[in-house]
Amino acid sequence: MIFEYAPAPESRSVVSLRETYDLFIDGEFTPARSGEYLTTLNPADEEKLAQVAVAAPEDVDRAVAAARRAYDTVWSRMSGAERGKYLFRIARIIQERSRELAVLESMDNGKPIKETRDVDLPLVAAHFFYYAGWADKLSHAGLGPDPRPLGVAAQVIPWNFPLLMLAWKIAPALATGNTVVLKPAETTPLTALVFAQICQEADLPPGVVNILTGAGETGRALVQHPGTDKVAFTGSTEVGRQIARAVAGTDKRVTLELGGKGANIVYDDAALDQAVEGVVSGIFFNQGHVCCAGSRLLVQESIAEEFLPRLKERISKLRLGDPLDKNTDIGAINSAAQLERVRELTATADEENVERWSPACELPERGYWFAPTVLTGVSQAHRVAREEIFGPVLSVLTFRTPEEAVTKANNTPYGLSAGVWTEKGSRMLWTAERLRAGVIWSNTFNKFDPTSPFGGYKESGYGREGGRHGLEAYLG
Amino acid sequence: MPVPHTAFAPEATTNHALRAYLHGLPGVDEVGARARAQDLSTRSIKTTAKAKAIDLAISMVDLTTLEGADTPGKVRSLCAKAALPDPADRTVPHVGAVCVYPDMVATAVEALRGTGIGVASVATAFPSGRAPLEVKLADTRQAVADGASEIDMVIDRGAFLSGDYLKVHEEIVAVKEACGEAHLKVILETGELVTYDNVRRASHLAMRAGGDFIKTSTGKVAPAATPPVTLIMLEAVRDHFAATGRRIGVKPAGGIRTTKDAVRNLVLVNETAGPDWLTPDLFRIGASSLLNDLLMQRTRLSTGTYPGPDYYTQD
Repeated sequence: MIFEYAPAPESRSVVSLRETYDLFIDGEFTPARSGEYLTTLNPADEEKLAQVAVAAPEDVDRAVAAARRAYDTVWSRMSGAERGKYLFRIARIIQERSRELAVLESMDNGKPIKETRDVDLPLVAAHFFYYAGWADKLSHAGLGPDPRPLGVAAQVIPWNFPLLMLAWKIAPALATGNTVVLKPAETTPLTALVFAQICQEADLPPGVVNILTGAGETGRALVQHPGTDKVAFTGSTEVGRQIARAVAGTDKRVTLELGGKGANIVYDDAALDQAVEGVVSGIFFNQGHVCCAGSRLLVQESIAEEFLPRLKERISKLRLGDPLDKNTDIGAINSAAQLERVRELTATADEENVERWSPACELPERGYWFAPTVLTGVSQAHRVAREEIFGPVLSVLTFRTPEEAVTKANNTPYGLSAGVWTEKGSRMLWTAERLRAGVIWSNTFNKFDPTSPFGGYKESGYGREGGRHGLEAYLG
Repeated sequence: MPVPHTAFAPEATTNHALRAYLHGLPGVDEVGARARAQDLSTRSIKTTAKAKAIDLAISMVDLTTLEGADTPGKVRSLCAKAALPDPADRTVPHVGAVCVYPDMVATAVEALRGTGIGVASVATAFPSGRAPLEVKLADTRQAVADGASEIDMVIDRGAFLSGDYLKVHEEIVAVKEACGEAHLKVILETGELVTYDNVRRASHLAMRAGGDFIKTSTGKVAPAATPPVTLIMLEAVRDHFAATGRRIGVKPAGGIRTTKDAVRNLVLVNETAGPDWLTPDLFRIGASSLLNDLLMQRTRLSTGTYPGPDYYTQD
């Protein structure tokens, strides 16, 4: 090799980890009544990062009570302009501490520093800035002259974009005058706990934001707690269903952002090099741990033979390894459990005689790793075309006509995202009109912006986050 | 892995056939091309990789002076620098070539005798190309006769933009013939072609007509060698190789002034056309002030300090 990139690791010294982290309730860190702790690992090398308290039902009571108190006495009475000031302050602190947060997120989640630095953190700050701007303009949001907050919001977020999902949940809730109790994912609690410190640094009134760490039991206790007015969840469709069942018959408002099996449709007249890029980032961005990932490639049969070698050549150039290396494109799978799921589902492809391809790529010995994988000869009937793998696995299907592309793209219980690649504007519009997905990307993929609403059709959930639409979920 | 090509060049060369071929190439999405170039610009090239990249970049520089005010003295001084870029450090490789106007070729050839460094000459009524074909060919023949081993021609952008691909093609074929043994670099002047679709089409047209290299710009028009343009040209040579088995070189020129710019170009090459193109035979950087920055960064890397610009020769 003429030109081998030398290791370029981002320094960990910007992060000062504590040995143990307690719950953040009523503006203070406080031990869990359970006395239990769980360990969070670096998935890239399985090293322990910290001990994190497991919130018991009594802790959920305490947090909800603190949030209620803060709502009644401070936050709901504060003017929008004043609330906005707090959010602007939080946004600025996030920007100031973005390097530390990006490194910590990479360590706890396993995703490449390139992504946390260039995607996650800028979007997190942008989300707070965006909703800070709405705080004093809610009467102009098209929701009546004086829209009112709901009260206390219970929010449960996933591990794939830990801090970004926190921002998606907390920023609109606070801007609209609600208070929150948020539970980060079991495997990625650390950036949420640093966010709690940021709330302190910003002098946010105690109880407006409460962070409860823990596993599934904690999440269940939180979403079922009778003292909340709103449940917001991002995660698997299976858990989403349980939540919908749990809150049925109550007066709680619910938004669910669940799984997906997004189709990336490549027509024969697409800009091929850019379509290849879009397909690659569509499925391999964040190791495919993306609910709106383009996990199904639908490529027009007439160019499939040309497109696939180009795609594979490009995938061969992806650099897998140390998430903190600035040149890493593909990081680690977030947890042993997720790795097992990805392996298991991908193995069904072998049983179903689907052709499986991965580039020659050395996986590190320690940690949770899965090579980028392309499955060809996939039909709609195969499990890998129907079920969400949530890993770096692309299922390739072909189509012959635009009608067939749309039928196949829609033939899924999900409806979160889709991508369309064509240089022909009329075909783009024709296709987009017929796709049943909450987000449709035109000649691009996985582009996010706080001004744009995001959410699903069908089993991908309901409610919208982001943009003006995102305010509706937190206003009565 | 070989990549099959979408469109195959037609046998008979008519304007109609050329148009069908060039317009049959896959389009370029501007936003996507920019995003890819931007993404590759974030590669972090440090320590040993940077040292290697700097030496590689020095060996790829076409050290250029294309001024109306050029004199034999200036050209001789440039040639001395080309052969021994840093008199204080003999481990520095020599540059790829020296690039001058045709009337300076003889001077440069004389000054470079025995160094193994070739002389590239711009020709064909550089930079505008607005002259009759006969004049362009005479310009080329004279430069070759004076000892130029490489000719940097300009295409007729007016003909290209008006859809007369055949005229552009025929000129390249004729200049190639006039070059004889000399290598032909075809300057597309992408700043005047404006769209990325045009860059891709002009690249394929130039390769098909027999160019040994495709070059972005004259350096007299802005924008010159932007990263997305170089990316698209590298994709073109990659696709041309897959279709024909023939490797064409790429030369970005104009606006590449810093070591960072040069290293980003090498990353573009490495991850687009592939490491096979990381040789002065297939990749050149047209530049003048770049060389000093490369030398300065090289010293900085090996000694830990910047000697300061006064330690490097200005022209």
